[in-house]
Amino acid sequence: MKKASSVACKESKRPVCETNEKAATHTFTIEGGNFNSAGLVSSSIKSILKKMEFPVEIVRRSAIVSYEAEINVVSYAKEATVNLTIEPGLVQIEVIDKGPGIPNIELAMQEGYSTADRRIQEMGFGAGMGLCNIKNYSDDFEISSEVGKGTRLLMKIQTK
Amino acid sequence: MKVKTIAEKLGLKVVCGATALERDITGGYTGDLLSDVMANSKEGYIWITRQVHQNIVAVASLKEHAGIILINASQPTQETLEKAEAESIPIMISDLPAFELSGRVFNLLSPR
Repeated sequence: MKKASSVACKESKRPVCETNEKAATHTFTIEGGNFNSAGLVSSSIKSILKKMEFPVEIVRRSAIVSYEAEINVVSYAKEATVNLTIEPGLVQIEVIDKGPGIPNIELAMQEGYSTADRRIQEMGFGAGMGLCNIKNYSDDFEISSEVGKGTRLLMKIQTK
Repeated sequence: MKVKTIAEKLGLKVVCGATALERDITGGYTGDLLSDVMANSKEGYIWITRQVHQNIVAVASLKEHAGIILINASQPTQETLEKAEAESIPIMISDLPAFELSGRVFNLLSPR
């Protein structure tokens, strides 16, 4: 996997790290707990793919899976790194967070299961649909987690 | 049908995004669960919701919705208004509850 040189930016308003436009990997950071900036990383991913003229459906699915992953980070984790890798035939989005981890992945994958608190639910999140949406809109989805450390998601969308 | 036409016919109060009222509406979706709206709404849809916080703008922007209608005279937060204005997403307010408003929007979009 090619690694782009990334510049870490800690601006609170726009926690998005644009990397070398020509490189195949773009790296972003998400700040946990900050619902004000939720969606910015997905929005950047969407514009990068749109600019590269991927089909609408690919852009749409990438936006859905990255948004859901982003909301999970904002809702539960401390912070996360997002790597968007564009290879021939494949868009890959990896989200590695530092957070509480998921004790039972099988349970977390069940539609409707959620550990969201009231505050999260009142905003219309935490309906237990996020991971299901990610699974449904990715061609390939990997999830691994360690309690007390964090969670890693790898979402692959085939472009050919 | 344009956003402007729906706003006029249903007496909606346009509170921001007035520059984007000429946009064509391709359909509609009603929902307060953001994951549901993310998964099931489409580009050009008008989104009917009672959520008023700024994350609705992120969803509407990612999904390229034609606009958002808030039900039951709900008022958007200041942050929501500012974000929506910046993203040129019209937010409109209706006095009607979701069921009645959705019915009227549906009838306007799918004339018999």
